[in-house]
Amino acid sequence: MSDHTHDSGEEHIGHVLPLSLLVKVFGGLVLLTGLTVYTGTMDLHGFDLPVAMVIATCKASLVCLFFMHLKYDKPFIGMIFLLSVLFVGLFLAFVTHDAGQYQGDIQAYTSEHLGGE
Amino acid sequence: MSTTTNDHGHGHDPNRPKHLAHHFESLGQQFDSGKLGIWVFLLTEVLFFSALFVAYTMYRSNYPEVFQYASQFLDTKMGAINTVVLLLSSFTFAWAVRNAMLGEKSKLMLNLLITLVCAGGFMGIKYVEYSHKFHEGTLWGGNESTIFKADPADVPAEMKEHSSAWNNTDGKYSVAVKDLDPAFRQKVGVFFGVYFCLTGLHGIHVMIGMILIVWLLLRTRRGDFGPTNFNAIDFGALYWHLVDLIWIFLFPLLYLIT
Repeated sequence: MSDHTHDSGEEHIGHVLPLSLLVKVFGGLVLLTGLTVYTGTMDLHGFDLPVAMVIATCKASLVCLFFMHLKYDKPFIGMIFLLSVLFVGLFLAFVTHDAGQYQGDIQAYTSEHLGGE
Repeated sequence: MSTTTNDHGHGHDPNRPKHLAHHFESLGQQFDSGKLGIWVFLLTEVLFFSALFVAYTMYRSNYPEVFQYASQFLDTKMGAINTVVLLLSSFTFAWAVRNAMLGEKSKLMLNLLITLVCAGGFMGIKYVEYSHKFHEGTLWGGNESTIFKADPADVPAEMKEHSSAWNNTDGKYSVAVKDLDPAFRQKVGVFFGVYFCLTGLHGIHVMIGMILIVWLLLRTRRGDFGPTNFNAIDFGALYWHLVDLIWIFLFPLLYLIT
């Protein structure tokens, strides 16, 4: 698609993605799926989860940028999406931090008062 | 408020497209407003799912060995096939948006149909996986037929008889469930609680997406969509891609724990 042609009677909206690009993105996604299954069967000595998450994030970026055409949208739209990711990060950070602070106390309490493990 | 409905603005401009709602200046403004709306909705969806992802994180960090043990009861092959099926459906839906923008009606119908078939296939595979778990008793802790009870006497007799997870009949699993430490065995149900909540909520979203695609197919057949009017297709696709996006994270988090 060349530059948008305004004032030409019919208004142009949206951005048409070339089919070849869609095919490439789909191919990339399938390849990355294969890669994550492959690395999933290996023992990466504690790096299994980070590696799987990096691959998943790459796949998610491909879907967001091209299938959801964030790359061609107004930056504000991308910002809305990144905001949601930011707040999920905050949610996770606070909960894990809180659990890290108190989980020991909870375990100690349950074993003392409830006869748990 | 005016009572003369026949001239409140609609009929004045003969060049005004009929799919341009009266409260919008232009098709571009209508499209941008709709796009902002759907993205704000997707934001709420991400946050909605995040509660379950946080629950997952909490349980996994508290019981890493439980997650490692329990994950082997999920069928990685089925999960991987389902991932590819869902990616394919995302691809055909993205293609459908292109078709709508270019006014290719029959291709649009075909791509929406393939997307719908893939969605159905995904749910079919999910159904096979779920029924296998009910058959095996690999269920959440509170379920009556679950095999993850501290006291083996609480496990239903028929499960003890036929569940291959309980007996490890083919030696497929690292340890038979019946040989687990009772306190540990009880906790394995937590993994399946998380599994059923996450995949169940995701499955509900797939089913809503299928209803959406049927609606889009009917509207396409009616000839609703064209180069200046494809908003519903585009926004439906955005929702569908988000459902795909969530599965992209669910698959390694549930199926690929080693």
